Amino acid sequence: MIEALTLFDGLLGFLLLGLAWSVLASKDLFRSVVLFIVFGLIMAMAWVRLKAPDIALAEAAIGTGLTGVLLLDTLGFISRNRSEGKSKEKQGRKGTE
Amino acid sequence: MMRWVIGSVMIAFGGILVWGVMSLPGGDGLTVKVEERMEMSGVTHPVTAVLLNFRGYDTLLEIGVLLLALFGVYSLRRSRPDPTGVSVSHPFLLALTRLLVPVMILMGGYLFWSGAYAPGGAFQAGAVLGAAGVLLYLNGFDLPGRKKEWLLRLYLAIGFVFFLGIGGGLVAAGNRLLEYPPDLAGSLIIIIEAGLTLSIGFILAELYISNSSLEIGPDVFVTEKG
Amino acid sequence: MNVMYLYAVVAVLLFVIGLHGVIAYSHLLRKIVALNIMGSGTFLLLVSIAYGRPEGGPDPVPHAMVLTGIVVAVSATAFGLALVRRLYSETGKPYLPNGDTEKSGR
Repeated sequence: MIEALTLFDGLLGFLLLGLAWSVLASKDLFRSVVLFIVFGLIMAMAWVRLKAPDIALAEAAIGTGLTGVLLLDTLGFISRNRSEGKSKEKQGRKGTE
Repeated sequence: MMRWVIGSVMIAFGGILVWGVMSLPGGDGLTVKVEERMEMSGVTHPVTAVLLNFRGYDTLLEIGVLLLALFGVYSLRRSRPDPTGVSVSHPFLLALTRLLVPVMILMGGYLFWSGAYAPGGAFQAGAVLGAAGVLLYLNGFDLPGRKKEWLLRLYLAIGFVFFLGIGGGLVAAGNRLLEYPPDLAGSLIIIIEAGLTLSIGFILAELYISNSSLEIGPDVFVTEKG
Repeated sequence: MNVMYLYAVVAVLLFVIGLHGVIAYSHLLRKIVALNIMGSGTFLLLVSIAYGRPEGGPDPVPHAMVLTGIVVAVSATAFGLALVRRLYSETGKPYLPNGDTEKSGR
């Protein structure tokens, strides 16, 4: 007889693998980053299941929150400058460094 | 095609790893050894004891790595800000920040204190404070220390300086590096964790702030450092 | 014990998925996300080995290592993203300079 907790663990593992695959396989980058944030939160649940509450706290805050916000910011930067990217290419490097 | 080669190599690699993992022996590991020496460590939570006492050298190097990454991010910033910016002061975000930031600061303090006897500690508290810093920045509030540069540098450096100072001071007193005397261990750990919490909060917030190119409000700009 | 093996297998598969992502995709942001997934797989493996007996406590030493690892991973991600930004500002493309962008260029 399968226990409820084993079923829960199996579902969690399945969810982690499915999320990881969709993070890398989706064409839209914004969708990838949002799914990555969800992946981090499900990972925090896996940490709790493995008797590691300290790691769950740290992962939910640093691994998911801060990494997610950094990725979203860089993604926004790249999308905003997409039309100017080509003109920058032609100008080359300039300015005070 | 190249993709099939990569895919099949990955599948083979995965199969070998799964086979290796399934034949791992179980066992207790170091649980019992840590339990035996818990009274000497000065705290009652095993993970904190390992993190700040038994393997304190790793934590010292970790805060060093955080500082190094911040140096790298600082040195990659252009000397003039990128002209493309988007303002994010939405009234809903502002209201949420005003509600959440005091609670986050309180929670940071609680997590720092509870690391001695329950899950918590410097890193979790520092992470919550860093998130509070990012929220403040997104709404145009001035973080403590942004106008006065020396104060910001002090906050960034204080964790590493405390840790190395106490560890090095112990060397001067005759012990080995980071070997706390057992009766002083609890207080030393709290002092080190206080510095670490402050530093980690500021470093994490700065990692985001110096990376971003948002224009927030009229006069809160990324400061021009040479 | 079953919990340990289940999560260990999941961890190893996560690592392989992340490794495949780093190799196969040429967009730099995807590479960084895949690197983070590899890191999460490694941490999951460490903590599942530290599970110990079902009724006792876990082994705290791998927990401390994983905490350190998470913080180092976020520092490396922040630095890597600063590099990507700078590369994009200089060349206008979020791909490596000599990489062929038509291979799996997404």
